Amino acid sequence: MRSLWRAVDPVTARSILVVCAADGIVGFAFAAITVGADLPLWLPTLLSIVVFAGASQFLLVGVIASGGSLLAAVAAGLLVNARLLPLGLAVGDAVGRGTWRTLIGSHVLTDESAAFALIQPSGERRRAAFWLCGIALFLFWNVGVVAGALVGTTIPDTDALGLDAAFPAIILALVLPTLRSARIGRAVAVGVAIALVTAPFLPAGVPVLLALLGVVVGLPPRRASTPATPALEPSGSPE
Amino acid sequence: MSSVTIGLLVAAGVLAVGTIALRLAGVLLRARIVPSERVQELLDTGVAVLFCALIATSALIEAQEFVGWARPLGVAVGGVLAWRRAPFVVVVIAAAAVAAILRLLGLP
Repeated sequence: MRSLWRAVDPVTARSILVVCAADGIVGFAFAAITVGADLPLWLPTLLSIVVFAGASQFLLVGVIASGGSLLAAVAAGLLVNARLLPLGLAVGDAVGRGTWRTLIGSHVLTDESAAFALIQPSGERRRAAFWLCGIALFLFWNVGVVAGALVGTTIPDTDALGLDAAFPAIILALVLPTLRSARIGRAVAVGVAIALVTAPFLPAGVPVLLALLGVVVGLPPRRASTPATPALEPSGSPE
Repeated sequence: MSSVTIGLLVAAGVLAVGTIALRLAGVLLRARIVPSERVQELLDTGVAVLFCALIATSALIEAQEFVGWARPLGVAVGGVLAWRRAPFVVVVIAAAAVAAILRLLGLP
């Protein structure tokens, strides 16, 4: 852990701490809400250790607390976690090799740890940023959850604190530097449009996956010698 | 153990196994491939699209409905600050503070 702190630059380390602090408070609220809904004390702690994916934990507890079936609750949680597969594909190189490394590294793969890895150049700093964020977040999240389960008789109003705006802002600040080409911009515009249009009708998690269709319009050119498509030829239109 | 307890344990267990399977699938797949420059570019684009869609939906929509103006305005202020290269701490605190103050003023 100490060597990880040394391997990332101080600015990144501070940013990771900020994310951990914000998520720790959200974890506290998650546990307080769960216990407040008359669910057992051990449930938020167990979920936070073995699932460790905030949005799916909130969904699972929310569906159960509102009287939904366990099957629906698990399905909702899995759908919202489906994005972890493409995230793992994109930043899996930051995890490293070896059975334990792969298992633990995969478990601490979250939006935040993936985003911190993403903004680092490849190599040692990318690995360090991923692991530092992943491990620190696991610790802060679980400390927050245990505290919330034990003392959370009053549920902190995370909306009144504006913490619901913090998560999108965190990811936005991390992803902005990667939006550097017009091609990526086009793909993002189409993807966001798909997600927003479908979100009112589809379960949480699915619109974000559908957004990946936007990648099609951001495809890099295959080869410099690839002939232009007929539609782009000025004389190609038969009309 | 009551049936309620067993049900909750099974639900937590299935969600945990499913989630680690999703995470491992991506990471293991990545370990099997040495992406060409073109594929790497595709992966970078994909993760940018995924994150931006996540930002947009989590800023605007909850339980399939519009969340109100306070949250997206807070995120927008954070976004502008990030674009102007403000420190990360400032971005996060400003986003939360704007949403909190707008709610204090009565905006949902």
